[in-house]
Amino acid sequence: MTDSTTTVSEQTTEITLRVNGVNRTASAPARRLLSDFLRHDLRLTGTHVGCEHGVCGACTVLVDGQPMRACLMFAVTAQDHEITTVEGLAPDAEQMSPVQQAFTECHGLQCGFCTPGFLTTITAYLQEHPDPTQEEARECISGNLCRCTGYQNIVKSVLRAAEITKEREATS
Amino acid sequence: MKPSPFVHHAPRSVDEAVAVLAEVGHDGKVLAGGQSLIPILNMRLAAPAHLVDINRVSGLGDVEVTQDAVRIGALVRHAQLERHEGAHAALPLLRQALVNVAHPVIRNRGTTVGSIAHADPSGEMPAVLALLDGHVEVASARGTRQIASADFFLGPLESSLAEDEMAVGASFRRLPAGTGTAFQESARRHGDYALAGVAAAVTAVDGVVTGVRLSFVSVTPTPDVLDLTEAFTGRAVRDVDWSEAAEPARQHVDPDADIHATVAYRQMLVGVLTTRALAAATAAVTGDLTDTDAAPRAGAARKA
Repeated sequence: MTDSTTTVSEQTTEITLRVNGVNRTASAPARRLLSDFLRHDLRLTGTHVGCEHGVCGACTVLVDGQPMRACLMFAVTAQDHEITTVEGLAPDAEQMSPVQQAFTECHGLQCGFCTPGFLTTITAYLQEHPDPTQEEARECISGNLCRCTGYQNIVKSVLRAAEITKEREATS
Repeated sequence: MKPSPFVHHAPRSVDEAVAVLAEVGHDGKVLAGGQSLIPILNMRLAAPAHLVDINRVSGLGDVEVTQDAVRIGALVRHAQLERHEGAHAALPLLRQALVNVAHPVIRNRGTTVGSIAHADPSGEMPAVLALLDGHVEVASARGTRQIASADFFLGPLESSLAEDEMAVGASFRRLPAGTGTAFQESARRHGDYALAGVAAAVTAVDGVVTGVRLSFVSVTPTPDVLDLTEAFTGRAVRDVDWSEAAEPARQHVDPDADIHATVAYRQMLVGVLTTRALAAATAAVTGDLTDTDAAPRAGAARKA
């Protein structure tokens, strides 16, 4: 996991990523996946790693605002982009983001392993589709796997998040 | 599930990229979107010693719509092409097929040219390139060339790209006036690899059929074209019973059985999807349906 477990000496380079608005630098080999760089090198363990081949969606982060699989990108390639992880979704330490709030209200998670990927994916989706139908909500989460909830409450969370976003806009 | 070590090259131009490829030859692999390549690396099904990461190469990110073709650079992401209104107006088949390529999140990163270069017979866009009689633009230190789709796909996951060459773009030929297109596929879950898929183009002049072409996903070793023009030409397009095309389509394909479906089931799907796709393409050309209605998730073709 950390450098101490690396047995083969491998050339590393300084990689600087802009994550959640902050420049962070660490040394890693070129083959370091963005997901591992976030978790192991930057210690941002909010991004979860499930299948490591793009199927489960747990590692989804926002790259320049677009959801992408962190396990299907190398950290070196991600250097040119603005990365947002689940740690960067909340507006401040006092308040959760609308999607996070909706997940707590609607019981949109149980074990929570898949949740970071859902939160990032849904956050980006709602920016483009602020008023989704139930069918669109299902389509939005079709690339993310959850083994606990049966998805019903996640679909509710998508719809509720859209409501919360509007409520907050109305009161601000 | 971590890739083997490799040397990462980050060229800024096509010249720099092909210079690296010329040097490293068989040990080099081009990385664009990586949505097919990185899973392969993670599972160590491939372990190239050099990765030529072209994401910083300038001039490869454009979609150009000309009178004859829609041309895309090697860094055009599926999502970018899917949303491009000019490309959609020129060739509705592009968006009709692209919405079936994996999940939206994968389309945000994966490139259309990369998907073509990957030459997966389960890929939607190789079948589209074939149906639209397109070509791949190729560069190497030796120069540039164009490879027609018919010569590009040699077998499953095998293209005619030489080891020192990279695909820098692809061009989809626009269809003659009076052509409607449709794309239909069936997957266990939306976004998964299709069990079978069909791209269809029907051309009619003054209500009379002049062209019928099909290409297939997941059921042929390479995405070749089945041209049924001869069988249907001269018939009134609104009166054609497209189920007549099902049998020649079933005869044309050569599916494999796997854990998801038998050969017989895939052949059955080909017949059904062919009939639906041709009906939807006809509806698009006769104006009975809008392009959006002809989109794949509409399921069976509906009359307006």
